[in-house]
Amino acid sequence: SNPFEVKVNRQKFDILGRKTKNDVGLPGVSRSKAIKKRNQTLLKEYKEREKTNVFKDKRFGEYNTKITPEEKMIRRFTLERQQNYGKKNIYNLNEDEELTHYGQSLAEIEKLNDIVDSDSDTEERGTLSAELTAAHFGGGGGLLRKKVPSEQQDEEEEKPKSRKELIEEMIAKSKQEKQERQTRRESALELTEKLDKDWKEIQTLIARKTPKSERKDKEVEKPKPDEYDMIVRELGFEMKAKPSEKLKTEEELAKEEQARLQKLEADRLRRMRGIDEEANKKRPSHVSADDLADGFILDKDDRRLLSYKDGKINIENEEEEEEEEGEEEEEEEGEEGDNENEEESQEESASEDEEDDAADGHSDLESDLESEGEAAENKEEKKDKANENEPQNVEKLDPKREAAKSELPYTFAVPESYETFKCLLAGRTIEQQLIILERIQKCNHPSLAVGNKAKLEKLFGFLLEYIGELATLDLPELRTIDKVVLPLYNLCQMFPEAASDSIRFILRDAAHDLEEVIEVKGRATLPGLDTLIYLKIVSLLFPTSDFWHPVVTPAFMYMSQLLTKCRITTLQDVIKGLFICCLFLEYVSLSRRFVPELINFLLGVLHISLPKSQAQGYTVVHPFTPVGKNLELLLVCDKEDLKSWEKQNVPLSIVTRLKEASRTEINHTRLSCLALCFDLIKKCAALYESLPSFHEIMHPVRILLTKHMPVNEYPEKMQEWYHSALKELENKVKHYTPLICEKKKPVPLKQYTPKIVKVLEFGRKQAGSKKEQERKQLIQRHKRELKGAIREIRKDNQYLARMQLSEIMERDAARKRKVKELLGSLATQEGEWKAMKRKKWNN
Amino acid sequence: QLPPGLYKKVLVILHDSVLPYMNEPTLMMDFLTVAYGIGGAISLLALNGLFILIHQHNLEYPDFYKKLYSLLDPSIYHVKYRARFFHLTDLFLSSSHLPAYLVAAFIKRLARLALTAPPEALLMILPFICNLFRRHPACRVLLHRPAGPADMSEDPYVMEEEEPSESRALQSSLWEIQSLQNHYHPDVAKAAAVLSQSLSEMEDDISGLLELSAAELFDREVKKKAVDVPLEFEPVRGLFGKKNDIFAEHFSLD
Repeated sequence: SNPFEVKVNRQKFDILGRKTKNDVGLPGVSRSKAIKKRNQTLLKEYKEREKTNVFKDKRFGEYNTKITPEEKMIRRFTLERQQNYGKKNIYNLNEDEELTHYGQSLAEIEKLNDIVDSDSDTEERGTLSAELTAAHFGGGGGLLRKKVPSEQQDEEEEKPKSRKELIEEMIAKSKQEKQERQTRRESALELTEKLDKDWKEIQTLIARKTPKSERKDKEVEKPKPDEYDMIVRELGFEMKAKPSEKLKTEEELAKEEQARLQKLEADRLRRMRGIDEEANKKRPSHVSADDLADGFILDKDDRRLLSYKDGKINIENEEEEEEEEGEEEEEEEGEEGDNENEEESQEESASEDEEDDAADGHSDLESDLESEGEAAENKEEKKDKANENEPQNVEKLDPKREAAKSELPYTFAVPESYETFKCLLAGRTIEQQLIILERIQKCNHPSLAVGNKAKLEKLFGFLLEYIGELATLDLPELRTIDKVVLPLYNLCQMFPEAASDSIRFILRDAAHDLEEVIEVKGRATLPGLDTLIYLKIVSLLFPTSDFWHPVVTPAFMYMSQLLTKCRITTLQDVIKGLFICCLFLEYVSLSRRFVPELINFLLGVLHISLPKSQAQGYTVVHPFTPVGKNLELLLVCDKEDLKSWEKQNVPLSIVTRLKEASRTEINHTRLSCLALCFDLIKKCAALYESLPSFHEIMHPVRILLTKHMPVNEYPEKMQEWYHSALKELENKVKHYTPLICEKKKPVPLKQYTPKIVKVLEFGRKQAGSKKEQERKQLIQRHKRELKGAIREIRKDNQYLARMQLSEIMERDAARKRKVKELLGSLATQEGEWKAMKRKKWNN
Repeated sequence: QLPPGLYKKVLVILHDSVLPYMNEPTLMMDFLTVAYGIGGAISLLALNGLFILIHQHNLEYPDFYKKLYSLLDPSIYHVKYRARFFHLTDLFLSSSHLPAYLVAAFIKRLARLALTAPPEALLMILPFICNLFRRHPACRVLLHRPAGPADMSEDPYVMEEEEPSESRALQSSLWEIQSLQNHYHPDVAKAAAVLSQSLSEMEDDISGLLELSAAELFDREVKKKAVDVPLEFEPVRGLFGKKNDIFAEHFSLD
């Protein structure tokens, strides 16, 4: 435009490829724009500054530019209607709405339908207009008529069809079409079914040629149009000879297994030390334990590799099986895995072989179960050997299992509530319960249906509840729990999050109960067997050596509270406490973490096994008191009982039924507890050997053992325990090296050599991390905005001042003008008056 | 002369609802000194009243620190009045004019006793000890002794000694803290690990930690959200079926 109105912002350097926004400014234009804007806003405000009443525009969407005018009108119309809806005029009786089309009443048009062309303006256009009107006003039939105009016209000529007829015709037509479609679909369905059948037959013959069979499918459906096309397609679909993974030798399997275990162990160690947690978190999924080869991996199929050993199918050896999952699978086997659901429901009377095969294909769970069941039956067989023995055992066992299985249905729905779940398991033997649980899991595998995941997660909760219930019975069914733990473990592997949540929930409830009891009564008792079992299950399901773990750490805290807060008043309490001590030891057995509560408790237990006397040289802490009640809980005076004692495992059920036991039995239990305590001390000593203040930690225990224990009164066996514990305590070298702080990283001196950074992009600040950059950007933007705002305010003020000045000037000018006018009029008056006077004078 | 229950009740309220309203608070002097001499929880409680007398009424108490030192026994981490006691101890030890041997003895004793403490007490005492080190840089030899003997067969510190000056605390090192770095509670282990690095200048605020209870600690832990849950990879073989399960040795499932 006008070169005098353009301001050019000169660039210091020309840079190629840079686009500049503000190289040319138009100060005049922008100023006038700003002034205009102020005129509309600021000036208005200024003028209305002392006015309080406001003009409000209530028209719908008047200033909303997003709505098109048409829409706006429609909305306004509906609003108006809505407003008028309620308040009908009661005196207006038959004020019905008249429907219109193009401003004409519809009723009118309907009446005139037959004689439509009589109204046409011109003769020539008569037919056409008739068609048109029919299409417009004939209702639904009009459209139909348009499609087949000639026929329609004929009919029309004979006798214009009435509306009803037309509609009927239409309905008939659509019905016919529908039927046709249905028959077509049915035939297609039949065809596919037939194909499926064929395929199933073939499928047993060819192992891995699914794509081909699929292709056949297509060929059957579509006749090939061209030979060339056919060849092209064939080439496209031709299955390249896919190499199936070669069967691994046992050595390879063993090696891989070893590598996997090593990796898992390294992972565990890293977590134990609590390092690198961030990196750990970033990884999408934890490999450590997710890939346990139970065949229940979410993302993968639960098909597995078939491997052979001495010509027999190699099923067992769980470790090898762990290997197998995630590898290429044998087609056939996988097929079975997929279809097991239907198969199981269909072929109830399946032959043994087949059943066996299917079982192999499913998971190692079953083999686990088998080994378990087997172990239960022939106890003399050692567990170590179980793995090797399994192949034979399975076959031995199978008939029995079959018998048991045949009584049970093959599919189960996941129970919706705990009650139904209990009903399902009620009255079954342990083995049957396990099979039921296993089948529930299989039938509702998450890969089979969408909702299964949530259902199975619920099942985990039910199972936990069930275990809790079993443990709280008068005669706790611990054997059942022992077995039920297996499916629990499998479920946990499938849904770690849900499992951890439900266990945490249980722990939280238990801890809150404890807290409440302490608050109300001031002291608490140790919880029942169920909680103890839960705590034990935690150690089975989760790695207890982690530095921090969402389930294990709370469990630690809870156990610590139990050992420090709960009063020990009975022998059962002692047993429970020792159980918790064992738990602690087990939890820290790998990580060797220090648990003060454990030592305190063991010291306390030893203390209550002593005859009442003033404790010297050591102090017992909280749940135990040096003097007072509840002492001598573990003291046995009866010589005969002392003599007849044999070390035996403490049955857990004693926790609930100790009252019925005889005196001798009780005394024996006491002694067993004491022996257990000695053993725990020994284990602690071995565990904490490496702690720098080991001797200080164990000092009170040692004093108690050496100075206060009436060793000579104990039976020989007990003395053995005692001495082994003491030996473990004493033979540790005292070894202290002065502490030295970790060296601080030296802070580098400030360098004055310029730091050279590669410039990747011009015009952008390079240094700093992304966060830092963002912060800087934000600061920069804030600064800019602030400056802009200040400038705007200044300009506003200038504008206002200008406006006020002009107002004043205007006012002044008006006043001057008026004064001038007045003076002028006065002067003329005066002049006139004088002139008159002069006239008079002259006259 | 009072039964212990009543004694405790009186002492609990003495400092804020009795002493400020007395014309002659020094009259309570004898009562408090006797109470302080009794030992145990009563001594801990008497400390508060005594502090007011010393602080505001010029009470001279000979061997005050020695007495305080002898009050430290394993139960202080377990008693109900833990928060109160450590609040006062913090006050008493806040003076920078205390001799280094005394502070070192306190530090060493507190650390030694911490070996039997529950986690909630440990979370409080570790920053407490850090603060003591910050106030008394002379005590840092306990943490950092580069020129010391390479190997000792015995901890020089004498736990049984009543007199702080005789306890040889300054010749010792805080091996207890090193042991606590292996504590099972992650926060405790972290707090203990702080001591093996060089300390920052700012003192930690322990007022929030004094009242920490086990239940709070548990809640805090249970509310933490975990991104993923690591699982045990060793397959389960039954309730007591782990490798060398301790339970299998001592408990039976009957």
